[in-house]
Amino acid sequence: MAAVFYISSAVAVVATLLTITCRNAIHALLYLIVSLLAVAIDFFVMGAPFVAALELIIYAGAIMVLFIFVVMMLNMGEHAGETALDVFKPRAWAGPSLLALVLLAEIAALVSRQSAPLSGVEISSKQVGVALFGPYVIGVELASLLLTAGLLGAYHLGRKAVTREDEVHGIDTRQSRAVTGDPVVSAGAGRSSHAA
Amino acid sequence: MFLLGLAGLLTRRNLIFTLMCVEVMLNASGLAFVAAGSRWGQVDGQVMFLFIVAMAAAEVSVGLAMVLQFHREHPTLDSDAGDEMRG
Repeated sequence: MAAVFYISSAVAVVATLLTITCRNAIHALLYLIVSLLAVAIDFFVMGAPFVAALELIIYAGAIMVLFIFVVMMLNMGEHAGETALDVFKPRAWAGPSLLALVLLAEIAALVSRQSAPLSGVEISSKQVGVALFGPYVIGVELASLLLTAGLLGAYHLGRKAVTREDEVHGIDTRQSRAVTGDPVVSAGAGRSSHAA
Repeated sequence: MFLLGLAGLLTRRNLIFTLMCVEVMLNASGLAFVAAGSRWGQVDGQVMFLFIVAMAAAEVSVGLAMVLQFHREHPTLDSDAGDEMRG
């Protein structure tokens, strides 16, 4: 068990190092996902299976999907076409898949040999739940409040950006019509603003 | 790992990478909490990790929305381009 713990810790550190040194955002995200998987295996070995599952579901599932959506929306400048082709080259996915294969071998070793956790004590999810809704119930309420505030803040920021973009487009067409006295251009601008 | 995230935060100037390094730092602190909790057989470390995860989710959603808005104002993701902000 100790060997599995140290190997996955080393994988996590290496993947994090490659995350912050990678130039491409998508490659860095791949290494970050591998790092999160390694940390999840660390949690499992340390006798915290509930937290390991949460790490997989929330971090590697939800938060990484958010990151990938934003990177795809921003499209990362004019190199978008090159990177879309680069994804299919083995240089892009060889490193993360190698580290992920190491983690897979560790999981296979863990499943094949049923062994005790590293510290000897395994804290089940029932104990965590009892503690969460016993002495920490104020913290649970505060976390729910924080999540609601985050949801509202993200919605507000996204909606305000969209309306401002519409205003900017309207001002652009009006300015172009005012500056150029050419009737053809003004007719085109009027048509575009009418279409908008 | 916390030091790696901090170094990345200080060196990189890309906003996406800054957010990813903040994630790494939060993850490292959560790992320290769970390790301490399992070392002494206490549940409190895992409870603290749950709170850290909730906070990271809220922080990332707001942060990425702010990144999108920043990208609409400036066509770059360089955080030095946002230095014209005046109070």
